Amino acid sequence: RVEGSEEDGEAPVPVTALTTLFSYGLLFAFGHFRDFFRRILDAGKSSNLKGYAPICLGYEDFYTRRLYLRIQDCFGRPIASAPDAWFDVVERHSNDGNKTLQRTTKTSKCLNLGSYNYLGFAAADEYCTPRVIESLKKYSASTCSARVDGGNTKLHTELEELVARFVGKPAAILFGMGYVTNSAIIPILIGKGGLIVSDSLNHISIVNGARGSGATVRVFQHNNPAHLEDVLREQIAGGQPRTHRPWKKIIVIVEGIYSMEGELCNLPEIMAVCKKYKAYTYLDEAHSIGAVGKTGRGVCELLGVDPADVDIMMGTFTKSFGSCGGYIAASKEIIHHLKHACPAHIYATSMSPPAVQQVISAIKVVLGEDGSNRGISGRI
Amino acid sequence: MDMALPIVNATTAALARVSAAFNAPLARAVVFGVHIDGHLVVEGLLIAVIVFQLSRKSYKPPKKPLSEKEVDELCDEWEPEPLCPPVKERSHIDPAILESAAGPHTTIEGKEVVNFASANYLGLIGNEKLIDSCVGSLEKYGVGSCGPRGFYGTIDVHLDCEAKIANFLGTPDSILYSYGISTIFSVIPAFCKKGDIIVADEGVHWAVQNGLYLSRSTVVYFKHNDMASLASTLEKLTRGNKRTEKIRRYIVVESIYQNSGQIAPLDEIVKLKEKYLFRVILEESHSFGVLGKSGRGLAEHYGVPIDKIDIITAGMGNALATDGGFCTGSARVVDHQRLSSAGYVFSASLPPYLASAAVSAVNYLEENPSVLANLRSNVALLHTGLSDTPGLEISSHVLSPIVFLKLKKSTGSLATDLDLLETIAEQVLKEDSVFIVASKRSTLDRCKLPVGIRLFVSAGHTESDISKACSSLKRISASVLSDHV
Repeated sequence: RVEGSEEDGEAPVPVTALTTLFSYGLLFAFGHFRDFFRRILDAGKSSNLKGYAPICLGYEDFYTRRLYLRIQDCFGRPIASAPDAWFDVVERHSNDGNKTLQRTTKTSKCLNLGSYNYLGFAAADEYCTPRVIESLKKYSASTCSARVDGGNTKLHTELEELVARFVGKPAAILFGMGYVTNSAIIPILIGKGGLIVSDSLNHISIVNGARGSGATVRVFQHNNPAHLEDVLREQIAGGQPRTHRPWKKIIVIVEGIYSMEGELCNLPEIMAVCKKYKAYTYLDEAHSIGAVGKTGRGVCELLGVDPADVDIMMGTFTKSFGSCGGYIAASKEIIHHLKHACPAHIYATSMSPPAVQQVISAIKVVLGEDGSNRGISGRI
Repeated sequence: MDMALPIVNATTAALARVSAAFNAPLARAVVFGVHIDGHLVVEGLLIAVIVFQLSRKSYKPPKKPLSEKEVDELCDEWEPEPLCPPVKERSHIDPAILESAAGPHTTIEGKEVVNFASANYLGLIGNEKLIDSCVGSLEKYGVGSCGPRGFYGTIDVHLDCEAKIANFLGTPDSILYSYGISTIFSVIPAFCKKGDIIVADEGVHWAVQNGLYLSRSTVVYFKHNDMASLASTLEKLTRGNKRTEKIRRYIVVESIYQNSGQIAPLDEIVKLKEKYLFRVILEESHSFGVLGKSGRGLAEHYGVPIDKIDIITAGMGNALATDGGFCTGSARVVDHQRLSSAGYVFSASLPPYLASAAVSAVNYLEENPSVLANLRSNVALLHTGLSDTPGLEISSHVLSPIVFLKLKKSTGSLATDLDLLETIAEQVLKEDSVFIVASKRSTLDRCKLPVGIRLFVSAGHTESDISKACSSLKRISASVLSDHV
């Protein structure tokens, strides 16, 4: 056992912590120093935005200007090929100390451990790509219309049925973007007078959706069913804040795989707690659908939870299926309600038909319905 | 009488004795040179009693926390509402299923129909060059980009697309978003924080409303497209307000309003903005590629220099026949969003084939500016053709490619209005094979403007298409609305 290792998530050794904080402190001090001189030097200059408040006041963008810009070349690296197992990263150089970066024509071939390409559908695939190109020629790149207007094609209805079948729920609804799925669905399901209990490490799309709904939000400790039970007991007994009226409904939101930590959700126990206290469950399977489980059906299959127990299952097609967009799978009544009320369905441009076809083909490969045994053999 | 007298005597004698006993020794007591009278003792006792009462804690009933058993009982008793309201019989949106591309002509249930439901303004759906560039992109990059922009999701076509759009509009830089409606509701919270002031038109669509809500700023609405109302609102907000240096102030308008088809008068807005020192956020989803001599949008249409508008956003799902959105402005504006805009940082990037479709669409527009003239003449034709429709009146601007027809006399409730309009749309499709749609409202939408029938005109429509639509709509609305006119 290495001295000072971070097994079991222990806090780092004091020396490590001290040196890290010292480095940060140094950078902060330098940053403030330079800001101070910059302010003196710029006092005489006038910009044409006189009288307007600046976009970022004072120290709002201190981190961006003084810390992030120094290492900006590590982020946002452009690539010049498909995000496959090996890809070409475009090299960039800077003439002004990393403030702006210019592309060069040189690329370097790198092993890709940075893209969400779990099943390898990111690059051109022998089964998917011909069908995608065919659907592109037939339906064009976009429908320029919302699903409820003129953007509903045969492909969309086919994919909704296929997703519902794949995940194990009666019905499903599609959206063009995963982020919008969460932030537009949660306000429809719950509003003022309801309670959302969400895991402390949930993705920001869930946080935004919860905030936008107007319901009260409480957080429980990450992956801790005992704490969830405590929170639920306390909230049901106490009722709404200040008025103490009983809650209209309670939704517990968890994710299948947490993308920042790489941990699986403790689903069976959390489901047991929710069932006991009659709370509804919302499972966000953005990273786990297609990637875990014997046949790729996600955490429910992996952990032995019946999909019928989870009230709402959400997922995205960006990670495992090499496409874009998201879906919600639930009972027929809930999906019917969403189709009539959800603003992302009524106002947003429908998903691009070639992207829909890509998901259909990818799911068929995973299920083994394409005639080959790539899905079953596990070597996609 | 006989019995009373001894009692009275006894009482008097007792009182006399008590007062004597009381007064006598104490009357002669002298403590520290101060004569102590009897009444001082009484007062002293009273003070002692008062002090004693004050010093005691007031009685509060003890706070007993709920016992485990009580909490169990409460949890058992509690019954949640159902997750979704029960299915209402009349709410039945059953959209038509398209079986071919959503161009000016499309196939529904095996029949060919004239399509006025897609915002395909330049007729680019089905365009050969667009499809070829997409095919090339698909073969090279696959479909999805599999990552957010910060972590290897930036593909060189994204950077090319951003440069192309910035070049086309004449701005320093632009930033791409992966979905049309998420553009505006990520941009507004990135710039407007709690404590800022936003003045917005009351007819903005849901995505803008959502962005305003998420920003947590103070939002003041002015009357739809009414410049006098805007001027008075700005005056009211800035009069007497000394803290101008610290508060950021924004005006949010759309160039062509989706909910009514009106066009915002940009020259007057810019004059007001410069007078009262507000920044302008302009949502150009339906005017980019449509208005202006070369399709550069509302600024070109009014002859306003592009750098006077601080932030321009647009969804590319309309004229450019692709998906996604972009935002453009000064270099500072664009740079700020690369780290603070939630829809950019925390979401996968736009699929590369859609970015290359956008590049080819802008190229096409630059090379064929005549397509704008086609669009304009189609819009004018439809306007004149529909101006005398029984029961419906055109409430959109003459130049707007969204032709918005609302009921001349509303029935009073939104639901029945919508029913009537949807009946008209259904019958038009069934009997005359013209595909039009009634505008639908979500329950979360706060817009109060009337609903109507929307026709999206495309440069690919022919004169016969337009005359067919006009005659069909006139006939059907005459029959459906005959008892409501």
